Amino acid sequence: MCTTCGCGSDAVTIDGADVHAGHGPAHQHEHGHGHDDGHGHGHDDHHAHGHDHPHDHDHDHDHAPDRDHDHGHHHHDEPAPQRRTVSLEQDILSKNQLLAERNRGWFAGREVFAVNLMSSPGAGKTSILERTIRELRDTVPISVLEGDQATSADADRIRATGAAVVQINTGTGCHLDAHMVAHGIERLGLSRGSVLLIENVGNLVCPALFDLGEQARVVVVSVTEGDDKPLKYPHMFRAGHVLLINKLDLLPYVRFDVRRCIDHARQINPDLQVLLLSAETGEGMQAWYDFLSAQHARTGVPA
Amino acid sequence: MHELSIATAVVEACAERAAGARILRVRIEIGQLSAVLPDSLRFCFEVCAQGTAAEGAELEILETAGRAICETCGGTLALSSPYGRCDCGGLLRIVAGNELRVKDMEIA
Repeated sequence: MCTTCGCGSDAVTIDGADVHAGHGPAHQHEHGHGHDDGHGHGHDDHHAHGHDHPHDHDHDHDHAPDRDHDHGHHHHDEPAPQRRTVSLEQDILSKNQLLAERNRGWFAGREVFAVNLMSSPGAGKTSILERTIRELRDTVPISVLEGDQATSADADRIRATGAAVVQINTGTGCHLDAHMVAHGIERLGLSRGSVLLIENVGNLVCPALFDLGEQARVVVVSVTEGDDKPLKYPHMFRAGHVLLINKLDLLPYVRFDVRRCIDHARQINPDLQVLLLSAETGEGMQAWYDFLSAQHARTGVPA
Repeated sequence: MHELSIATAVVEACAERAAGARILRVRIEIGQLSAVLPDSLRFCFEVCAQGTAAEGAELEILETAGRAICETCGGTLALSSPYGRCDCGGLLRIVAGNELRVKDMEIA
C-alpha cells in the first residue's frame, strides 16, 4: 500500500504515467492490508489485528485477541472454520475522507487556496479556467489539476495559458478522489500562497461524494442545459458552495429560465452563492474573480 | 457509476480487517438519500470482490429512510429526495438517509 495515500488505483495515470511512478522502486502496492497511515478503525475485542507481516494459515487458529477461540484440534486435516462476526462500523468513504483532510492540511500549511470545479461535460469548466488564468495570472500564481477519463486535451489547453498543469486520467473512474489529487499536487510543486484550480471529471453525480480537500466547491451549469438540472442532480447542488451559470451570451437563443434555475438550486441548498457569467465574452467574470480573491484571502488565516 | 468506487472501498475495508480470513458476509448501511444505488452496488461488489478475501461473500444492504427535522417548527418528516421544505415553510436539516457505512462482517 502506498504510504502517502493508502491507495489502490490501477487504471489512473497522471500526465500519462502510472499514478505511482514517482514513488521509487521499493514501493509496494499490496492491497487490503497495512496500517501504515492514519486511517481509523475501532479496536474492539473481536477484531483480528491486521499487521503488515504476512499471515500464515498452516494452523487452524489465528492470533486475534479473540477470547473465545478454540485451541483444540491443532492438527486436524480439515479444520472447520469458525464463523465469527467482526464489527467495523466505519464510513465507507473514510479512507477518502482522511486523505482529503491530509490534502486540506497540506494546502493550509502552504496557504494554497484549492477549488474543486464540477459540472456535466461541456458546461464550460475549461473555458472558465482558461479565461480566469489569462486574466489573473499577473496577480496570483494559478496551477491546475485536470481530471478526465482520457486524453490530455484539457491540460494542453491550460498549458497554452502558461499555467502549470497536471492531467489526471481516471481511466474508467467517473470522478477524482483525494488520493489522485494528493499525487497530482506532488507533481505540481505549488508555490506558497498560490491558487489551485481542480477541474473534476465532467459528471454531475459522482464527484459530489468525494471530498478532495478543497476549500471551495464550485458547480458550473450552462444555459444550454435545462434549468431543472439542480432538481435532477440534487446531490451536486447540495455539495457546492457557489454556482456559476455559464454561457450567458447564449441566453437569447435558448429556453433557459435563470430565475427558475436559481430557485431550484436554492431549494436544495439555500446557502448557495450564484454568479452569472460568460467565459466567452467575459461578462460577469469579475464577480467570480472577486469570489476567488475573497476566499483566497481567508486561506491561511488562523481560524 | 461511483458505486464501483464505493464497492472497492467496502472490499478494501473488510479485507484489511479480515487479516487473511475468508469473508462470508458483509453488512452495510446505505441511506436512501446517499446517491448510491443498492442494486448497482451489489453488482459492483461481486465484481470487486473477485480475487480478494471477500470473493463470493454475501452483501447485505440495510437501507435507511430519509428523515429531516424542520429548523423552524422542529417537526420531523420523511424525505424521499435530499431536499425539501417543511409545510410551515421552514428549512430542513437531514438527520437520516445519508449513511454510507460498513456495519460488520462474518469471517471464517
